[in-house]
Amino acid sequence: MKARIKVTLKTGVLDPQGKAIKNALGALGFEGVEDVRQGKFIEVELDQSDPEAAKTEVDRMCRDLLANMVIEDYDFEIEAA
Amino acid sequence: MKTSVIVFPGSNCDRDVAVSLEQSLGTAPDMVWHGMTDMPSSDLIVLPGGFSYGDYLRCGAMAAHSPIMRDVVKMARDGVPVLGICNGFQILTETGLLPGVLIRNNSLHFICRDVSLRVERNDTLFANRYEMREVIKVPIAHHDGNYFADDDTLARVEGEGRVAFRYCGAEGQIDDQSNPNGSLNNIAGVYNDTGRILGLMPHPERLSDPALGGIDGKGMFESLLQTVH
Repeated sequence: MKARIKVTLKTGVLDPQGKAIKNALGALGFEGVEDVRQGKFIEVELDQSDPEAAKTEVDRMCRDLLANMVIEDYDFEIEAA
Repeated sequence: MKTSVIVFPGSNCDRDVAVSLEQSLGTAPDMVWHGMTDMPSSDLIVLPGGFSYGDYLRCGAMAAHSPIMRDVVKMARDGVPVLGICNGFQILTETGLLPGVLIRNNSLHFICRDVSLRVERNDTLFANRYEMREVIKVPIAHHDGNYFADDDTLARVEGEGRVAFRYCGAEGQIDDQSNPNGSLNNIAGVYNDTGRILGLMPHPERLSDPALGGIDGKGMFESLLQTVH
């Protein structure tokens, strides 16, 4: 099965890259862009058939490496192969 | 005195810091490859600057989980002094040995220039050769040196006097103009709760010999000579 993981900055954490993207969108003529936050999208292929075990494992992956809990939140979904 | 410099794939200040250590402490450090699992006995461990693992995922995130780091973290928790410079600082925050995190510079630019730092503590093994509030010149060279911590962590770091250096103006003033990267409270370096682990973004090894144009960074290595046994 496959895990699709989203890592996003916590509310209140400065996102200079998001700000630059917002400015660039404005420069391209896109009006009404109020805010941009940039994050990461990670896909992990798992050799695992039990969705509950996969969830537990991916949760640990996020906490141990994929997200820095000081500044980031994560969310994921498990997709059966 | 036995020192060790950890070399990660992508470290690029390991040899510079080895030269500084040898000049000030009299003996060359052991250069320890990150893939090893056993640390040699060490009175000081240095995590050098560079771009370990190409800064993949987050700066320092992959290196924090290199095989050697299990031993490094254990020794650090047992009280062995650890100095993390630039990428080494990022790695120390990723291991949780130091509070906070280094995010992208607020200007989004890679910044490579000399900055003024104010010494916030001189009662530590890393800074006893400096005067309190002394202003020193040390270069920075980073893209992700913007120190961030949540409100509670920041209050704790400040309240416990764990700020090592702050970016400042020529007269030691702490203001926005002298903050190169957006770091909270102009923080350039922090200690752990015992003061035996120091992480800083500036590179003392790059101004520790007259041939390099200055020796303000040398005090950090000479301080270690005084205090590490």
